[in-house]
Amino acid sequence: MTTQLGRWEHFYHQADIGVRGIGPTLDKAFEQAALALTAVITDPARVRPIQAVEIECEAPRVSLLLVDWLNRLIYEMATRRMIFAQFEVHLSPPDLGGALSLHALAWGEPVDPLRHQPAVEVKGATYSELEVKQDPQGHWVVQCVVDV
Amino acid sequence: MDTTRLTQKSAFEWWLEASPPMRVPGILYANEALLREMDDKVLEQMANVASLPGIVQAVYAMPDAHWGYGFPIGGVAAFREDDGVVSAGGVGFDISCGVRTMHTGLTVEDIEPIKEDLAQGLFRHVPAGVGSIGKIHLEPAEMDAMLQGGAEWAVKQGYGRPEDLERIEEHGRMEGARPELISLQAKRRQADEMGTLGSGNHYLEVQQVTEVFDTRVAEAFGVAVGDVLVSIHSGSRGLGHQVATDYSRQMVEAAHKYGLELADLELACAPIQSEEGQAYLGAMRAAINCALANRQILTHLAREAFAYLLPRADLRLIYDVSHNTAKLEEHLIEGKPQRLYVHRKGATRAFGPGHPALPEAFRAVGQPVLIGGTMGTASYILVGTPEGEARSLSSSCHGAGRAMSRHQALKQWRGKELVRELGQRGIIVRSPSPRGVAEEAPGAYKDVTAVVDAAHAAGLSRKVARLEPLICIKG
Repeated sequence: MTTQLGRWEHFYHQADIGVRGIGPTLDKAFEQAALALTAVITDPARVRPIQAVEIECEAPRVSLLLVDWLNRLIYEMATRRMIFAQFEVHLSPPDLGGALSLHALAWGEPVDPLRHQPAVEVKGATYSELEVKQDPQGHWVVQCVVDV
Repeated sequence: MDTTRLTQKSAFEWWLEASPPMRVPGILYANEALLREMDDKVLEQMANVASLPGIVQAVYAMPDAHWGYGFPIGGVAAFREDDGVVSAGGVGFDISCGVRTMHTGLTVEDIEPIKEDLAQGLFRHVPAGVGSIGKIHLEPAEMDAMLQGGAEWAVKQGYGRPEDLERIEEHGRMEGARPELISLQAKRRQADEMGTLGSGNHYLEVQQVTEVFDTRVAEAFGVAVGDVLVSIHSGSRGLGHQVATDYSRQMVEAAHKYGLELADLELACAPIQSEEGQAYLGAMRAAINCALANRQILTHLAREAFAYLLPRADLRLIYDVSHNTAKLEEHLIEGKPQRLYVHRKGATRAFGPGHPALPEAFRAVGQPVLIGGTMGTASYILVGTPEGEARSLSSSCHGAGRAMSRHQALKQWRGKELVRELGQRGIIVRSPSPRGVAEEAPGAYKDVTAVVDAAHAAGLSRKVARLEPLICIKG
């Protein structure tokens, strides 16, 4: 059952992992996909949302925007040595050139190996199994495979 | 995998015949059991790659092949220099991820009494795991020097010895690197990651040689039963990952610009002779240098840890191989030499005897092919063959290859129990992450011996020695 906030899941890939976000709006689905990304590394419940990072990106298509969003999170995690557990995403409608933009806040904290027990670092989000669609109930489903 | 879609040519060679839009066939080297374990997506991905412009001869799957993104992992594909394409997805995210193996000059008897201390010493001294940082911080000018110089740069900085360099592909330094074409983000991601192992399937292992299959070649490589070796599996760290991310994105747009029809966005590529293609090649070569420098620094750290406990130890590099690359090589195609960009994604270059790129010490026998197993199973040293050139453009397998997803592994094993069980078998595992250990459980991988036997039987490379783990430092 998808709540107001949505939900996330992982889907099968033999060597890597598929991340999927589902939500009543695209914004929420993008937030859930980000949670699915965190869950590849650690249990999101172990992460305290005490520090916010601002993220903006732009892409010609919504599917590419999803990959860019996840890749930006991977970059912020790697360079700040942080892990995120709460997200607030706002997508803006296409501008005159057709480009979509995303404005987001990601809350998290510095990685603590003992408390977070991070399993693996994510190298990047790929275009494999990349999909952005609405299911028959009208929920947005966004997904791709991430390389670990 | 549904083998009825394939034509069997021998016990270890199966063809996916070319049908439009495929330009060349797909050739899989494996026995029937390994093929059955492979996902059908491997065939789908091979067919997609076989449809790209400028591909020659065939797209190949090594015995450890599995479903990747865009190109299969364990895939090899070569494109003509003049009208072919280069693909960031065909190289992979961890550019030049690879394995190097060193002799320690010690035997199992020397190691046994101090094994626990050695494991602890290596674990403390070699940064491993998510979020770990190295002691070296690179400012922008030094970063560019590293990206130009590779392992040669590292040796000049005091990490290792000049004689290490001849035992590394490209003599430790990839020509044609263009550090200026690497984004600031990629460089920032690497600033504190030099000399870090990483996580996932990366490791540092202390191993013993338990069997020699080919005495003549083993002698040339300097290994004998009872010898203790050290192997390192790591890559280009955050910089390589970010280069792949940046250029995959650019290639999605470049493919559109050049009218390349892609069955899967992850096949995103650009003509080799285009601005985008050349830019990627320059950046990828710089990332190869990053991986070579990283493994060189890790070698230095391993030497320091050994020297502290065992001053007699002398860690001599046997060889260093890279798995995820696209390199310009000359190969015989229909009897004529051709310059090709050979993409190897999760595959090892395996030059046969006499190849001019090999160091003098191996010229007569062929290139060492280092195959990493899992923390609970064997690793192997093989050697390139003369027939490998025609079979697979001188390429072989790279490891065991995953048989099970990380999720399935996590359901089946607990990290702490695995560490205890392996300890009872005499294998000391040290890792900052029990969950990471569970996801990398030996049972989650294919049988490395079956993979190596298939590579041997298919003539891609021949078995030289079998190694068993004594200590494993996991990221």
